[in-house]
Amino acid sequence: MTKKIVVTGLGATTPLGGDVVTTWKNLLAGKSGITTIEKDWIAQYEVPVTFAGQAAVAASEILTPQEIKRLDPSSQFALISAREAWADAGSPEVTPERFAVEYSTGIGGVWTLLDAFQTLQERGPRRVLPMTVPMLMPNGPAAAIGMDLAARGGVRTAVSACASSTEAIANAYNRLQSGEVDIVVAGGCEAAIHALPISAFASMHALSKRNDSPAEASRPYDANRDGFVMGEGGASLVLETEEHALARGAKIYAELAGGAVTSDAYHITAPDPEGSGAARAMLSTLSQAGATIADVRHINAHATSTPVGDIAEYTALKRVFGDLLKSIPVTATKSSTGHLLGAAGAVEAIFTILALHDGVIPPTLNLIDPDPEIHLDVVTSPRELKGENILAISNSFGFGGHNAVVAFRKY
Amino acid sequence: MALSQADVLAGLAEIVNDETGIATDAVQLDKHFTNDLDIDSISMMTIVVNCEDKFGVKIPDEEVKNLNTVADAVNFIVSAS
Repeated sequence: MTKKIVVTGLGATTPLGGDVVTTWKNLLAGKSGITTIEKDWIAQYEVPVTFAGQAAVAASEILTPQEIKRLDPSSQFALISAREAWADAGSPEVTPERFAVEYSTGIGGVWTLLDAFQTLQERGPRRVLPMTVPMLMPNGPAAAIGMDLAARGGVRTAVSACASSTEAIANAYNRLQSGEVDIVVAGGCEAAIHALPISAFASMHALSKRNDSPAEASRPYDANRDGFVMGEGGASLVLETEEHALARGAKIYAELAGGAVTSDAYHITAPDPEGSGAARAMLSTLSQAGATIADVRHINAHATSTPVGDIAEYTALKRVFGDLLKSIPVTATKSSTGHLLGAAGAVEAIFTILALHDGVIPPTLNLIDPDPEIHLDVVTSPRELKGENILAISNSFGFGGHNAVVAFRKY
Repeated sequence: MALSQADVLAGLAEIVNDETGIATDAVQLDKHFTNDLDIDSISMMTIVVNCEDKFGVKIPDEEVKNLNTVADAVNFIVSAS
């Protein structure tokens, strides 16, 4: 029998704020978290893109100096968001063996890896820190959370580029459905605002080049969009079976009604222009949720602001929703946050949950001149979201042809 | 010029504090790195490398296993300097 899975805790550190409340308030206020990068390495390496969605609150303001020293920046964001989510869930007493972590990153400990390589080149192998490998490994963030919160029911890391943390939430759904665990911390983090990843994404012409107007650079669905904007941060959800949540008197934000992944097997970076894999992921998720397309009353789109990606997702949405699509309010919150890569799905899951919980859809910024090929009801100022038993979905797609979708139901 | 035991102890305590957060005044000659200060082998290797930089000495890997107490480390560094 299908169990009801619920969301009982939220945590996030993002370009819009160092916690969920601040992030959500600034998102609804239409603020942009995207700013010029004021670092020496921008000029040193002549980095072609000079702006990003940088974390609003530095991890060093929250964690101890020893935690900063022993954790890659991605794991620092992970730990900050997980602790906030766990506290938000009431820091529950749980059976450690029935408590799991599903926590992702898209790129992993890139700062640690490249700093260590620089140390090797300049000072030799003996000066390479012994913590280098545990700091750079992609499961490092999940392991840090698991140790901090004493989760012994399995700590896993799904790595599927920009679909990673949505896949982590889908994996958490499946683990909870399996009955193996009662409670999961799920989410993702990313800290890749570094000269090398920026240069690499810029080389493939994936990034916006609006160096003179950072806040206007991320413009999903706009005819003049020219690429995505890198972001950084971390986001965590506490998910548990409804039975477990009710037994401990937890507050419940929403139901996690389903989560599914598919793959395109089409191209390593380009989305399938037919959108069939993305459509299958949405339909599988709705099937798990026991819902129909008519139940979906809000979509938090992947919508990264790339010319090709936004169209491909629109094509997939049309395949799924048909004529109903034009009556479903869509938002593209990467316009405010930038694209947090492996953390994006978890951040947007939180926005989707809060849209249902608070009854308000957050706006999409910078949609000035809508792409004539895209016919969506894009929310550009906060809009009321009403109704009982309604569903909202959040899409994430990643290099490698990964498609991941999660659905939340109003509780 | 040989360093004094007091100078080395003070410098080592700063390095230990920087790596682990242990208060500098807790780093005393009779303390055992593992049993008293709860310093693991990974932290110990970082402390050793930082001591090499700070005091201008070489601490061979095969010597590190003999540095069980703070006094062992301080005396080795003083004699090697």
